[in-house]
Amino acid sequence: MPDVPQGNPPNPVAAQTPPAAAPPAAAPKPAPKPWDCELVQQLKNTYGSGIRDAASFAGQNYLVVDRAVCHDVLLNLYEQSSYTSLTDLTAVHYPKDELPFEIVWILFSMATNERVRVKARFAEGEAAPTVTDRWVAANWMEREVYDMFGVSFTGHPDLRRILMPDEWTGHPLRKDYDPHQQDDEWVRKNLGIESGR
Amino acid sequence: MSDHNQFYDAPLEEVEPGHTFLDSNELILNMGPQHPSTHGVLRVILKLDGEKVNDLECVVGYLHRGIEKVAEHRTWAQFGPFVDRLDYTAAVSNSLGYCLAVEKLLGVEVPKRAQYLRVILTELCRLASHQVWLGTHVLDIGAVTPLFYAFRDREDILNVFEKYCGARLTTHAFRIGGCRWDAYAGFAAEVLHICDDLGPKIDEYKDLITGNRIWLQRTKNVGYISAEDCIAYSITGPVLRGSGVEWDLRKKQPYSSYEDFDFDIPTGTAGDTFDRYVVRVEEMHQSIRIIRQATEGLMEGPITAKVPKVIKPPAGEVYVSIEAPKGELGFFLVSDGSAMPYRLRVRPPSFINLQALAKMARGSLVADVVAIIGTLDIVLGEVDR
Repeated sequence: MPDVPQGNPPNPVAAQTPPAAAPPAAAPKPAPKPWDCELVQQLKNTYGSGIRDAASFAGQNYLVVDRAVCHDVLLNLYEQSSYTSLTDLTAVHYPKDELPFEIVWILFSMATNERVRVKARFAEGEAAPTVTDRWVAANWMEREVYDMFGVSFTGHPDLRRILMPDEWTGHPLRKDYDPHQQDDEWVRKNLGIESGR
Repeated sequence: MSDHNQFYDAPLEEVEPGHTFLDSNELILNMGPQHPSTHGVLRVILKLDGEKVNDLECVVGYLHRGIEKVAEHRTWAQFGPFVDRLDYTAAVSNSLGYCLAVEKLLGVEVPKRAQYLRVILTELCRLASHQVWLGTHVLDIGAVTPLFYAFRDREDILNVFEKYCGARLTTHAFRIGGCRWDAYAGFAAEVLHICDDLGPKIDEYKDLITGNRIWLQRTKNVGYISAEDCIAYSITGPVLRGSGVEWDLRKKQPYSSYEDFDFDIPTGTAGDTFDRYVVRVEEMHQSIRIIRQATEGLMEGPITAKVPKVIKPPAGEVYVSIEAPKGELGFFLVSDGSAMPYRLRVRPPSFINLQALAKMARGSLVADVVAIIGTLDIVLGEVDR
């Protein structure tokens, strides 16, 4: 097999050194700051070390919680703190970490006009708890995470692929999935061509 | 009802005369993916009892291009043109959302003139997007004429885009840190001319449509969704406002100087297809108001902030959202400090609103499904990404 470059070649623009003059009068770059308020205290009192971190980055608050309590924390935010909308649910893959899958729930409160992100880490092959019991909207969002990352959700009513074909092998948004990779067998069988490349 | 299943198993001669398969309780009908009124490649599996929709299921993904994966292999600036291909009827809005998100991560403040220019172009884009919606939605229901009116008037807006940046549809209008181009000579006059011109034309669309008996029968009490259900389904945009929730990110969490402009949030009460139509048409009038104020208030000044040539945002995560024509368009960015996004998630309003289609269509007629898909105003480029 010829030596096919993996991924994209290094970007020529990125390889250039940035302009010699440092960006003049650059605004202070955002960095995470600890986030402390009544809500965080109340959650810390209830869940103790289950709340790993409460911080704020670029003015946006987030909670890092233990996977064991994440479902309870989300329901607590819904019931006690008026975070009634689930704006988005997604995942990030950190393949080198012990717990590689970070699930991110973005909650929103119409009453206080505030957002909070809740994040929890999960191991390879471990299932995350579903929040479809509280938010119907989570149905497709969790299906997408399952499709793209292979993280399953316990208690989800209809966990199937949503964007990729049902018989596809592999989960495209994992970091170890090459951007040129595809399920050749599926392509041969269903499209009748040798390869889509 | 109870003994229908026996007919499937029983030999044909044992089935009593008079009982045919036609009165069995469910018929599965496949609609799409190639169907003119699904507005793209959406497949809907309908479960019908006669003409009544018992249930339906959406099959999406035919247009999946892996935009989020592509982002992880492009620099922050290189990804700019890709967002135009999400909701291709509102490319300018997508561009604004993406640029705002990266600017938030960088901590860059965009000059006021660029913010105003962005507002003018984004609102023009909202007008164009709503015109596509109006034309196609009304066409689906059976009125052909408004389509030509809407597309004729949309042309003026696209001409402004063309003069501004050379492209009409996938414009890539903005850059991280500001705008790539300044307003061309005569820009303000042309935009104000559109404002003067379009207001009466929108009223003309209303004259054609609003009082029409067929239109009323096809839209009143069709595709009802309550405000509570909207929130449970995370629905945003005109669909949410049609159900009576006064919620607009331009007003509630202003970005790009929207706080400088005076405009109203139109809302409906009934939560049906007709109210969503009224909301969107009224929104067009409000967009004209915003454009007029922004054009008249457009100040002199720089159009880009100082952004390094190679953009390397600090490590961190942000979620930034805007009120796109379809609803809340969000970008969740994860940076590891390198020149490329570590993860880029698009929160697509069309995808999330489409999820409520089954809820809205259950119990209605087959023909209403077409009206409900139209009233949700989905673009499959954004649903599938």
